[in-house]
Amino acid sequence: MIPERLVNAILFAGLIAVPLCALVADEPFTITLVTRAVILAIAAVGLNIALGIGGLVSLGHAVFFGLGGYAMGVLAFHAQTYTPLNLGPLTIAGTKSMPLIWLAATAISAFVAWIIGLLSLRTSGVYFIMITLAFGQMFFYFAISWSTYGGEDGLSIYVRNGFPGLNTLIPIQFFGLSFIILSVVLFLNARLQASPFGLALNAARQVPARVETVGLNPMRLKLVAFVVSGAITGLAGALFADLNRFVSPTMFSWQLSGELIVLIIIGGVGRLFGPVIGACLFVTLEHWLGGLTDFWHVFLGLILLAIVLFARGGIMGLLTGKEGTHV
Amino acid sequence: MSALLIIEQVLNGLQFGVMLFLMAAGLTLIFGVMGLINLAHGSLYMIGAFAAAAVAGATGSFILALGAALAAAAIAGALIEITVIRRLYGKAHLDQVLATFALILIFSEGTRWVFGSFPLFLDIPDYLSGPVTLPGGIQYPFYRLTLIAAGLLVGLGLWFLIERTRVGIQIRAGENDREMIAALGIDITRLYTLVFAIGAALAGLAGALVGAIQSVQVGMGEPVLILAFVVIVIGGIGSIKGAFIGALLVGLTDTLGGIFLPELFKLFMEPGAATQTGSALASMAIYILMSLVLIWRPTGLFGARA
Repeated sequence: MIPERLVNAILFAGLIAVPLCALVADEPFTITLVTRAVILAIAAVGLNIALGIGGLVSLGHAVFFGLGGYAMGVLAFHAQTYTPLNLGPLTIAGTKSMPLIWLAATAISAFVAWIIGLLSLRTSGVYFIMITLAFGQMFFYFAISWSTYGGEDGLSIYVRNGFPGLNTLIPIQFFGLSFIILSVVLFLNARLQASPFGLALNAARQVPARVETVGLNPMRLKLVAFVVSGAITGLAGALFADLNRFVSPTMFSWQLSGELIVLIIIGGVGRLFGPVIGACLFVTLEHWLGGLTDFWHVFLGLILLAIVLFARGGIMGLLTGKEGTHV
Repeated sequence: MSALLIIEQVLNGLQFGVMLFLMAAGLTLIFGVMGLINLAHGSLYMIGAFAAAAVAGATGSFILALGAALAAAAIAGALIEITVIRRLYGKAHLDQVLATFALILIFSEGTRWVFGSFPLFLDIPDYLSGPVTLPGGIQYPFYRLTLIAAGLLVGLGLWFLIERTRVGIQIRAGENDREMIAALGIDITRLYTLVFAIGAALAGLAGALVGAIQSVQVGMGEPVLILAFVVIVIGGIGSIKGAFIGALLVGLTDTLGGIFLPELFKLFMEPGAATQTGSALASMAIYILMSLVLIWRPTGLFGARA
């Protein structure tokens, strides 16, 4: 059995090495594939805070992914058409600056996560799963009927947004940006797990009643976790939209919410690097199996079934010989 | 805005609601008895529709097609219960969500593999097509009226099965205490397979009936599944009565909202913006309804436990 830290280190090194090799071999597509995995990993790391530590099985995290995507899409759309964005009393100009877009994506996702959290945390268990799923569908249909921003067809952004001092259209530079964000998010996640808040949240997942008797409010802990989780997934959504230079209602779809959970499960629930392994494996399967057959989801389904029924700890559990956290 | 239009839309809403009830009843029954959240219920709806379309295409008989839908969905349901679902009872909800999500992937892509990506069509038989004139001179499609009647009939049958038969007593006992009824000598494993197959058959029937007014295609089940979840959340998980009331509420809200909200906004907005705002809001209406019910009663209208 391999120690978890070693697995993490190998994974981290691999994520740097593969794009660099691809750069040397002049294969920009591979760099884009790794970037895709990195961005999906950021989204899943975000979800893992709610799911793995907080025990909140959110089947609607695509809401935040989509909100981040549309935050980028709407701001960049107004910048590329030179029209102001009218928000009732407030009129702001569009922007093509990534830091500003990230800020907007994180803020709007956090705000919506707070509202959805307030409503859905009134319940628990199966109700919570169904309600988050339903809210996801609500945003999906809203995006479809919102014709100002492309409706069902989505919105194309012709030039990738800029970051001061970088040319983001060069794949390796955009990869670098995404990778740094993933590293920051992983670092924050590790700090959060070890912090008093993280410990309390962990306890609130396992025995809410005891957390309550020591004077903490489990509902509040979970709400904060949900908001942080939504904000990170929203940031990933903005990056994902920038990667494709395209946003569409499919970023809100329930399949995506399901896939984000799948990433975590394949990797290992509640593990720091679980979502990263999951995302890498998912993108590899998607590319490799997807190249072999159009029906690769059948095999993804079979793999997922096998993991759920026989290998509860995911890949991380298989490698380290330890099961993940129980949700 | 005439009274005729309103009555017609109310009937459309009822028809939609009754079909949602067929889905929601199976889901809520399965959750109530086995404590299982089944995302693959939408796949069973799809299987019913595809079986019906295939049999109708081969034989031309609508009755045979419905029979095939019921049988195919029930058999598929029993099969996945025996192979996969059985291992999930008493496990964490996350495991149930994932395993049934995996089943959706397998069923959806598998169906695409077998039938291709193009939608199939299931025709309404001649004896059920055409409009009928209702009292008051309203012309309404006979088939949609049949759907309302069929849904109500099935609802009644389900009520009879659960409240008045021996199997129903066992099902209700299973909801309350599975160890006790197993101790009384009832084969709980078989009972669970039966309940799952009944739920599956209801979903398959709904898929076939609705398949005749929409197209039969891969992925048709999941939007309905999520609406059925909304229904159950509103009605209260585990309650068939709640599923019925919730389904009618959701069906009526969705249908009437889509028609009347744009009209309502036209009273104080310019027509273009009103249509846009109205239809955007209409697409959210049932979720707003769900939120309101949640604020008022977190366990739904008829739900006992969380």
